[in-house]
Amino acid sequence: MAISVGYSVMIILICAACTQLERALPFLIFGRKPVPKVVYYLGRILPMAVMATLVVYCLRGMTFTALENFAPQLIAVAVTAGLHLWEHNTLLSIFGGTACYMLLVQLVF
Amino acid sequence: MKRNLLYAFKRTLPIMAGFFPLGLAYGILMFNAGYNFLWTGLTSVTVLAGSLQFLMLDFFAGGAPVFTIIVMSLLLNSRHIFYGLSFIEDFKKYGPWKYFMIYSLSDESYSLLCSYKPQEGGDAKTVNILSSGFVVFYWTAFSMLGGLLGKLITFDITGIDFALTALFVVILLDQMRDAGSKLPAAIAVVSGVLCILVFGASNFILPSLVVTVAVLVFFRPQLERTLAVMKKEDE
Repeated sequence: MAISVGYSVMIILICAACTQLERALPFLIFGRKPVPKVVYYLGRILPMAVMATLVVYCLRGMTFTALENFAPQLIAVAVTAGLHLWEHNTLLSIFGGTACYMLLVQLVF
Repeated sequence: MKRNLLYAFKRTLPIMAGFFPLGLAYGILMFNAGYNFLWTGLTSVTVLAGSLQFLMLDFFAGGAPVFTIIVMSLLLNSRHIFYGLSFIEDFKKYGPWKYFMIYSLSDESYSLLCSYKPQEGGDAKTVNILSSGFVVFYWTAFSMLGGLLGKLITFDITGIDFALTALFVVILLDQMRDAGSKLPAAIAVVSGVLCILVFGASNFILPSLVVTVAVLVFFRPQLERTLAVMKKEDE
């Protein structure tokens, strides 16, 4: 431990408080009064946009300087999506895509 | 109850697969920094945010000033502000469990909540509470396990964390199929890629979400029609 126990505990408490505050913020602001129409609209439309953002977030480490830095991700995403459009089985798509990715990064690239 | 439990367990399996290597890695790094599995457990159960917890290792190593810690943790997890917007009305039905649902509103719990499909004989509230419970449990248990015996694991699990990427891809595909329009996803991807080019890969997510929200609000008249279709499917 490079720092004191007290300071370590304080770091944990600050990080926990900040994260939980952000999770609670929409409920603190809009919890008691009727939700404004535009917020209700955002609540309905955002999940798809956020999920697309999270996919970009997961792939943000890709660089196009060498094949091994982007090909495994793109191939595995294509396999996941292909499996899902074909069979519509969530678990099959996820485990198939993950197995493909593991094979690619461990054995191919 | 058994049916709800089984269903919740089944839909959290991909998250279990993704959290296994991430949690182990985190526990090992904490152990190497001089924090045993109890510290790891305390951090995981109170913060419950993977990316911030990895960043906290820097705070532990260098004793960053309080102001820096506050700003960094607020910025890193700012996307969570947007998650609650979709559940302001819904969580009112959860009674005291509402606070647990807000506390556990991570990327993974959020994606499960967004992808819930009613099951015959199942109860949405129970399944969602159990699913979030599993997510909290996996993260806490695997990270503590990393601190306890991480060095004993010898088989190669490189790449298993792709399970989380695959989970988000699958949920996105389902949402695009069910909605009348794929435009929200297209807006988010374009905004994400542009923001990576402008702000860099490690800082893009907040500006990207702000731009996406602004564009979605701008195109509200057109997109409200999409929602009318989605609403019909819900009922």
